[in-house]
Amino acid sequence: MDFGPFLLLALMEGTVMAAVLALTAVGLSLVFGVMRVVNVAHGEFFMLGAVSAWFVTTWMPGPPWLAFMAALILCPLLVGAVAATADRLVLKRLHYDPEAIIVATIGLSYILQQAALSFYGPDARPVAAPFTWRLQLPWFGYSGYKVAVVVAAAVLLVGVWLFMTRSRAGLIMRATQMDGETARAFGIDTGRVYALVFALGAGLAAVAAVLIVPIQQAHYLMGHDPLLLSFIVVIIGGLGSLRGTLVAAVLIGLSDGVISVFFSPTLAKILATLLVALVLVFRPQGLFGARA
Amino acid sequence: MNRALVLHLGVIVALFAMQFVLPPYHHTNLARIMVLATFAMGYNIAFGTTGLLSLGHALFFGAGMYATGLLIGQVGLPTGPALIAGIMAGGAVAVAVGVLALRTGGVSFMIVTLMFAQAGYLTVLYFGAWTRGDEGFVIDRAARAIGPFDLSSDTTRYLAALVLFSAGLMIHLALTRSALGRSMVAMRENEERSRMLGYDPFRVKLTALALSGLYAGAAGAAYAVLFGYVGATFASIQYSILPLLYVLLGGAGTVLGPFLGALLMFYLIDLSSSVTTAHLVVVGAALLILVLFAPRGILGTIRERWLPWLP
Repeated sequence: MDFGPFLLLALMEGTVMAAVLALTAVGLSLVFGVMRVVNVAHGEFFMLGAVSAWFVTTWMPGPPWLAFMAALILCPLLVGAVAATADRLVLKRLHYDPEAIIVATIGLSYILQQAALSFYGPDARPVAAPFTWRLQLPWFGYSGYKVAVVVAAAVLLVGVWLFMTRSRAGLIMRATQMDGETARAFGIDTGRVYALVFALGAGLAAVAAVLIVPIQQAHYLMGHDPLLLSFIVVIIGGLGSLRGTLVAAVLIGLSDGVISVFFSPTLAKILATLLVALVLVFRPQGLFGARA
Repeated sequence: MNRALVLHLGVIVALFAMQFVLPPYHHTNLARIMVLATFAMGYNIAFGTTGLLSLGHALFFGAGMYATGLLIGQVGLPTGPALIAGIMAGGAVAVAVGVLALRTGGVSFMIVTLMFAQAGYLTVLYFGAWTRGDEGFVIDRAARAIGPFDLSSDTTRYLAALVLFSAGLMIHLALTRSALGRSMVAMRENEERSRMLGYDPFRVKLTALALSGLYAGAAGAAYAVLFGYVGATFASIQYSILPLLYVLLGGAGTVLGPFLGALLMFYLIDLSSSVTTAHLVVVGAALLILVLFAPRGILGTIRERWLPWLP
């Protein structure tokens, strides 16, 4: 292939990556924004979404698209329930102390990994895509499913944005984010808000995972990369800023796609991680964040 | 104050005596635990004493391990100088990371150190031509000797690990009693106040991190030579979390805590692995239980309740 189509392919792969990454990272960013804690188990919620999608699509009778739709709805609910339980049992008891939460969510991530290993096994297993048509470009054919992933992610992200800015629940979340104390004084049950936000963040990671699993396969260790990349995106975008998270996800997704295709995936990750560390050191509010 | 010295010398003597009674499997294990405990002691100086919660210590451990391993394997340096180079590498990388990461604090410090360590791990994978990536490489048996001492033999390996551990323990003990050690504790307890008292927080914290890196580098270098294997796993996030776990379990800020934590955790994982494959859940549950119910760890609790003189 010539350079042009090759670059186009790299950009398209990058866009798919950016879409899934944006969903995952927005979940992490939401949790950080409202609760002020870093959830190291976020990657494991992603993994749980993918693994449970395998179970749902395997046991669900009927055509693949129906099973997949079922997974798309059931898995995030399941993962959200797990997250809400973790919030009640662990995070709440630690009074959301940021350092303790990091250690606790590391512990949680090991337990979730072990659960997946014990109940699902060490193999990577495929999930059938809901449909298989291909998009025929002049230079190469491209998976129509991947295009659908990008569209679905965009719709979901708009939904999250509308939810946060237009709905009453979103208003309550933003109130809690700005000033938990005052929100409590106005009769908002911040404990419930925290549980809900934690579940919502985990659910978004799970949706992203269900969308990616027909492309990537489900594996009990698959949470590491999304976690790291979400960290990168959330930090570069500015902790807690949804708009910055989106821009950063597109930036990282596209550059990862291009560098991975033309150089090596490992080099792309090295550059991204170093970039993040330096952003945090020299611009702790993130590249797009407004305030510290 | 002398009770403390007697206690620590007693631990060293007991460890020396253990080698004559232990069966071979536990003999090797204990040598491994002493090396890992040295790593954990270094971690304790940063986290327990100074309050720097780093998630990047695998980088310092890996730096020591790879510097030593590569210098022996690729450059053909004798083991002695390679070990010293490994220790220095751990310290140098810690200083480099510290200069940048110490500009931040709290959660940001954790993430920055984690990110640097991850970049280091990926770098090991990237230069697979030399490091053999995930697979790692074995150090020649013939190269694992200093003068007449063959470090691959069981007896010498145990003694070498004991020497390393004892040196680490004694330096740690001396540090906690020194003015420097106390200024490190002051950083942990109240950085603003110690700044007003005229201490330079950045300098004290960088010193703590450098010392911590020297420990980690020494442990990594020793691990490479004593067990003859260098692999990317040792630079992975898991090896940043293990010393944290050891220190939390044994008691952050206590001199013997890292060793106690390493000993108990090693055997907890070892025993649970022989019963089920569920050793991950043991690590996870231990972290959760510690942070929820016993944030001071074993020796921290003992010190608080019964033995206030425990260093």
